[in-house]
Amino acid sequence: MLVKLEHGRARTVEDLFVAVGDDESLPHGAIVVPLKRFLAETTPLLARETPLGVRLETGDTPQILGEHIHRLALIVLHVPYFKDGRGFSWARLARTRLGYTGEIRVTGHFLKDQMAFYARVGVDVFDIAQNIPFAQIEAAFSEISNVYQPAFDGRATIRELRAAKRAAATISTS
Amino acid sequence: MYRYDEFDAQFVRERAEQFRGQVARRISGELTEDEFKPLRLMNGLYLQLHAYMLRIAIPYGTLSARQLRKLAHLTRKYDRGYGHFTTRQNLQLHWAQLPRVPDMLVELAEVEMHCIQTSGNSVRNISADPFAGAAAGELEDPRILSEILRQWSTLHPEFSFLPRKFKFCVIASDEDRAALLIHDIAIKVIRNDSGELGYRVYVGGGLGRTPYLALEIGSFVAKPDILAFCEAILRVYNEAGRRDNIHKARVKILVHQIGIEEMRRRVEAEFIEIKKTGVLELPAEELARIGAYFADPPFETLPARCEAFEAAKRSHSDFADWVKTNVAPHKMPGYAIATLSLKPIGKTPGDCSSEQMDAIAALMNTFGQAEIRVTHEQNLVLPHMRSSDLFALWQKLVPLELATANHGLVTDIIACPGLDYCDLANARSIPIAQAIAKRFADLERQHDLGELKIKISGCINACGHHHVGHIGILGVDRKGVENYQILLGGSGAEDASLAEIMGPGFDTEGIVDAVENVIGTYTDMRQKGERFLDTYRRVGAVPFKERLYAR
Repeated sequence: MLVKLEHGRARTVEDLFVAVGDDESLPHGAIVVPLKRFLAETTPLLARETPLGVRLETGDTPQILGEHIHRLALIVLHVPYFKDGRGFSWARLARTRLGYTGEIRVTGHFLKDQMAFYARVGVDVFDIAQNIPFAQIEAAFSEISNVYQPAFDGRATIRELRAAKRAAATISTS
Repeated sequence: MYRYDEFDAQFVRERAEQFRGQVARRISGELTEDEFKPLRLMNGLYLQLHAYMLRIAIPYGTLSARQLRKLAHLTRKYDRGYGHFTTRQNLQLHWAQLPRVPDMLVELAEVEMHCIQTSGNSVRNISADPFAGAAAGELEDPRILSEILRQWSTLHPEFSFLPRKFKFCVIASDEDRAALLIHDIAIKVIRNDSGELGYRVYVGGGLGRTPYLALEIGSFVAKPDILAFCEAILRVYNEAGRRDNIHKARVKILVHQIGIEEMRRRVEAEFIEIKKTGVLELPAEELARIGAYFADPPFETLPARCEAFEAAKRSHSDFADWVKTNVAPHKMPGYAIATLSLKPIGKTPGDCSSEQMDAIAALMNTFGQAEIRVTHEQNLVLPHMRSSDLFALWQKLVPLELATANHGLVTDIIACPGLDYCDLANARSIPIAQAIAKRFADLERQHDLGELKIKISGCINACGHHHVGHIGILGVDRKGVENYQILLGGSGAEDASLAEIMGPGFDTEGIVDAVENVIGTYTDMRQKGERFLDTYRRVGAVPFKERLYAR
């Protein structure tokens, strides 16, 4: 099941990308290729007129994509095991350091309970392998109402909410 | 102390409810134990030898009387009538039942407490100087930064699945009462040449099977930059820390593998990038707002010398003994810092019964103490006692078994729970601590021996800090038999050092004689005024080894 988070709302979506391995022939339409193939065939891949995605393994920083990152429609972050939290930093870097605006998708072994964290650092699509009711997935993004840290999602932090409340109190008493 | 507002309160309530859902999914079988494990660990719930263990966060070791009464209630209602204070200033309940843990979290939330990030590969509860706000010579209250770090690190979206656990410590005095340099990030408040306060940051400390003291990575980080600097360290670590081997996954391994120079280069490069965005800059208003929570209590103007206190010491030598070790000078005249020993001879170091907790909470009210502190040495501290009240306090503490006059002495032993509770342990720690305490129970002898810190761990993970004991004891499993190795010369104080291992271990009976031998070597060789550690550092390991292994 592919779940897309848009403006804080989750919905299931069709996968428009075809995953292509290192040695497979390239089909027409949107494709996603492993990083190794992207680095080996950068020019012809970017010359295609159709959406292109790159799959990063957990040890691959998105910084390796350089300026090409802005030509991509999709970055897939593969999580081999839920305890491997490097993907959180890769998503954060792609969004806030590199200014990437395309889709970031996590795939592999991650938990429902990690999705809210992934969403905060800039992941917007979740490739969910387990059979989890959609209502539970939807709820996973809103179990904790407020956040303490600024992150890519731009949510007001608790510190900002406090300041806003103090400001409102000042206005109402003046 | 810090008080929750509606946002903090809602946060911990929702977190308790979220965990209730996770527990229900585990009990129904929807989650496997392997999937549930990281979720329960994010809420401080371990599965040990006999039962679940719940580790309750005590941020920077500070508790109110109301919170202490709640802990008394929880230990009575949900556990076996006692709790165990740990070397990270937390409280462990060793007999928790899984279905009831969500209710425990709800009750904790009622008194502004939680178990968030007391385990797991995340930023753990922040520890700090237990004498914060009371010690003479302190630059500012280290809990201001600790609380800011607590909020920033709580359910951090990027750093909740680090390669390994991550521990912070903050102090603001030259005296180190918090074992600063054995933390992953260690922060000391300092004043620079132009008179500004800021932070000196160290990285890569830790014990376990590969002990290291933290190394300096930022000589002076300006106050507004500290979150950006810490985030830079954590990001470098999250990206590059090893994940293939749990024993090589702490940041200390990364720091020592790439070297502190390379670590500094990477962190500074990342720090510059984070600073460009400005999002983590800590405004002066926020520092002041949090700082206000840690303002001094209203101190009275008192004479520096209290005649009644001096008279009580003269008339009660037991009280005078207690004052000598368990009372420390306060920054204000007429006030003192009192340490309540959780090390009565023959008892489990760090344990505190429900009745004791309630009684201490009542004493806090009697003597106007808004806060009590937990120390990493597993004792409790009343930070702002009037000297004139000390005798009355001591008289109340005696029948509670909380007035043992041994703080900093040979029987003030740190010990992990060991094989009596812990599934990681190879050997028992508690009976060894008890046997050593009984052997050296004579108070006159203890005072004669002076400052002597024994620290015992029941396995190589070193929760009992044996690497930084003046005398460290490490329990190992030798062909199915408990065996204890001796390490000497460590310190977790401002003169921090790692202890050296002496040689082959001793059995359960032999270890007490071995400690006696080590101490005998000290008393034979000490010069006037020398502590055990000073003598060891002067004469080296050889005379100690010769006597330990004499045939």
